[in-house]
Amino acid sequence: MVSRFLLLASAVLLFTLNSIIYADERDEARAQVEFGISVARAGLWQEAIYRWERASKIDPAYASAWNNLGIAYEREGFFNEALEAYETALDLEPDNLMIQQNYDLFREIHDRLDESFR
Amino acid sequence: MIDLTKVFASTALLLAVSACTNYYEIGIETPLQPKLDVSQFQRVLIAGFVAGGTEDIDGNLETARLLRSQLRSESRLQVIDSDVLDLLEIAKNESNSENQERENENGNSSEAIENQDDENELSEEDLEAYDHIFANIGYWRQLGEEHQNPLIVTGTIYFTPHQRSGMVTREREIYDEFGRRSVVPVRAYRDRRGFILSPKFVFIDGRTGVTIHTERHREEVLYDASRNTPALSSYFELMDRLMPAFLGALSDQSIKGSRVLLK
Repeated sequence: MVSRFLLLASAVLLFTLNSIIYADERDEARAQVEFGISVARAGLWQEAIYRWERASKIDPAYASAWNNLGIAYEREGFFNEALEAYETALDLEPDNLMIQQNYDLFREIHDRLDESFR
Repeated sequence: MIDLTKVFASTALLLAVSACTNYYEIGIETPLQPKLDVSQFQRVLIAGFVAGGTEDIDGNLETARLLRSQLRSESRLQVIDSDVLDLLEIAKNESNSENQERENENGNSSEAIENQDDENELSEEDLEAYDHIFANIGYWRQLGEEHQNPLIVTGTIYFTPHQRSGMVTREREIYDEFGRRSVVPVRAYRDRRGFILSPKFVFIDGRTGVTIHTERHREEVLYDASRNTPALSSYFELMDRLMPAFLGALSDQSIKGSRVLLK
């Protein structure tokens, strides 16, 4: 009886700890993303890339970080990296219309470049 | 005196709105690297084009003139001012002399590319028959030598009228009995006329005569059949659409747009 209780208690503890760690990670990633937005709006895109890359490493499931990275890479002319970042964002949030719109606009330029190279 | 209550209220509202905003629209310029490394060239020669399609405009002269003026303002390369070549005539002569040689070698008449003198308009397929001119390394190398080894731009231009009929969706304003306006989509059968522009740009190294890059484009425009749009203005409208792609082969370009940053 006691051992069953201990097992249940440790499972609850593990779940709670996991949630706390995940929440901490998401909070930390969100702080990086928000700081990245403020520096990008000030024109400091290299710093923004650094922040969003950190955010995507801290929380790889954070679609906004990948979306913003896609925009920054596109602006810097790193088209392969931008494509990968946008597609990761869309994989994570396939129904997000804003990510889809960013991706569509990027693909229009990307595909046109590809086409004229052929 | 400023009403402090209003100031506090509007500041609080602004803070509340910005705290709730989960996205920011931001303007970006996407840089496009030139497709060709033209650092080794100081000069560019827009030689001339094999033009086909309508005779309402001189596709060869108009294209050469337009590309020269665009490159003067958009590229670091010095644009060479020279007479525009009648490339169609040069290509025809080349075909005829090749056929003559072949006939002499074989002792009988070979299948020749028919001379198009008696035909008014060249089709897209007709133009392809003259593609051999771009592979004539000796000809382009010689032309390059005459102009101090520039980058040579040439190719084919096909510009022709076309028409298409079918269902078209348009917006129509309607007013109800209370005078309220609304816009509804209406589908109607329409005859439309317009033009197709299909250029092929060939970039040749004037030092070697070798083709280093080729680009094909195709643009079309349709107007209501009642509109009488001159061929020349349609030609410029279509060239304007593909000009960024052409210039992007030789010089840095950027495309302005906006994206949405997410929190």
